[in-house]
Amino acid sequence: MSNALLDEAGTSAPAPPTNPSRVRRRRRATPRSTLTRGAGLGLGIALLWFSLLVLIPLATVVGVAASGGVGRFFSVLANDQTWAAVTLTVTQAALVTLINVVMGTVIAWVLVRDHFPGKALLNVVIDVPFALPTIVAGLVLLTLYGPNSPLGLQLAFTPSAVTLALAFVTLPFIVRTVQPVLEELDHDVEEAAASLGASRGVIVRRVILPSLTPAIAAGAALSFARAISEYGSLVLLSGNRPFQTEVVSVRVLTFIENGNTASAAAVATVMLVVALLVIVALDLVQRRVSRRG
Amino acid sequence: MVELSTPTRWALRLVALAYVFFLVVWPLGVLVQRTFASGTTALSDALGDPQVVGAINLTLVVAFYAVVINLVFGVGISLLLVRYEFPGKRLLSALIDLPLSVSPVVVGLALLLVYNGRDGLFGPTLEATDVQVIFSSFGMIMATCFVALPLVIREVVPTLQEIGEDQEQAARSLGANARQTFWRITLPSIKWAVVYGVVLSLARSIGEFGAVKIVSGNITGRTQTATLLVEGKYQNFQQDTAYATSFLLILVSIACLVVVAILRPSEKK
Repeated sequence: MSNALLDEAGTSAPAPPTNPSRVRRRRRATPRSTLTRGAGLGLGIALLWFSLLVLIPLATVVGVAASGGVGRFFSVLANDQTWAAVTLTVTQAALVTLINVVMGTVIAWVLVRDHFPGKALLNVVIDVPFALPTIVAGLVLLTLYGPNSPLGLQLAFTPSAVTLALAFVTLPFIVRTVQPVLEELDHDVEEAAASLGASRGVIVRRVILPSLTPAIAAGAALSFARAISEYGSLVLLSGNRPFQTEVVSVRVLTFIENGNTASAAAVATVMLVVALLVIVALDLVQRRVSRRG
Repeated sequence: MVELSTPTRWALRLVALAYVFFLVVWPLGVLVQRTFASGTTALSDALGDPQVVGAINLTLVVAFYAVVINLVFGVGISLLLVRYEFPGKRLLSALIDLPLSVSPVVVGLALLLVYNGRDGLFGPTLEATDVQVIFSSFGMIMATCFVALPLVIREVVPTLQEIGEDQEQAARSLGANARQTFWRITLPSIKWAVVYGVVLSLARSIGEFGAVKIVSGNITGRTQTATLLVEGKYQNFQQDTAYATSFLLILVSIACLVVVAILRPSEKK
């Protein structure tokens, strides 16, 4: 199997048969690594691109932030306007995640267990916030909830506008994580519970909801991470008023535009740490699910 | 299977439909209605505006390169992650998902810090060799690649795991070389996952706003993409142009969704 790949790599990228490379190849032949020479070369190129594009730039953000020491983190975060942006972002993201936990589960339930004409359409519409450019999402919401609203509502430039925009862009997350789990749920358990005299409410609460919890948690983590990092949909809708509707991303952008990259990097690092924590939490939840399954 | 009582079922159905209607469907409808409030003049005016046409062209060029790069990188990394063992594989697979959780603004800042020509890490060196990254389409392609990076991989990896290695091993034992095995066996069996990933990447690439705004400098007529144009036009009180351009972007994203919805069942067969 490896011979074919080796031949292939040999014709396209012949490596000089020097001593160090031979040593490296012998080390690769240990059971830990099954890379052939061609695959190793591919991995090298992929890692180089990934480093230049993602790892080095993100590390630089953290590096620039850290070069100012712990003191600068505190002085940047202690700024009233920045702190207001952080608290607004976190509370709004938490509120929207809570809304999604309820609405996402209800929508997933309706999509899997209910049958009505137009259900396929609802299924497609759920993905619209994924596919729509965020700036367009903001403009779209502005038409119904902004000035000249056909509903007579004026939510634009208020904190509710932030909730609205975040709810829009995070709509698919919990629906799309819960839906497949609900589809694969074993009906026998529900029937067994029913045959033992459990009422519908008890079955939903004691049998169905517990098996959905890991999926809901995974979706909630995704939705929270997306909500704290959202920028595009808020630009037109929230008005970016300091202390009222200014979120963290907007704050970072203001720092960048003023040439204050050090403060921007400090706030960005805080956001990166939160994103990393969410990834770790997600990984833990998923591993628990796979252990159960 | 538990059957809810009819009133509960109706209530849940109504809540779900009302939520999606007020949050997504109605606002979209109002925007389309405003685009066509004066017939098709707003749309044809926008399409006759060289600034709009230029922005759409730039968006398509940037999205095209970003999707091609992510396609090659994504399929390659997926094959490595599924078919080979190497130290650090778990870490790499976790890091690949990182771009999905990073704010577009942070993406822009990160690229700016490394590639700006004044005091960036690599920027001055690159500029000495006449490669400008920031404020040029090169940086915009990188920013777009960054945000759409995991999409192809997330589609291809599960499919590769599912199809297993039997057919590839059979092909190799019959004397096929690596290239033949990939083009004749592996690629046809992951075809739909790849197409699905490409469509998702395309939608994401066309719609990118925050990261591109920072690295492009938003120079009208030179580095202004369609999404940046929507913001600029709306803030300059040229709402008709903003609505018309948004309408075109909505058409593209809904077309992507429809393609995916059609592909999904065929993938299962």
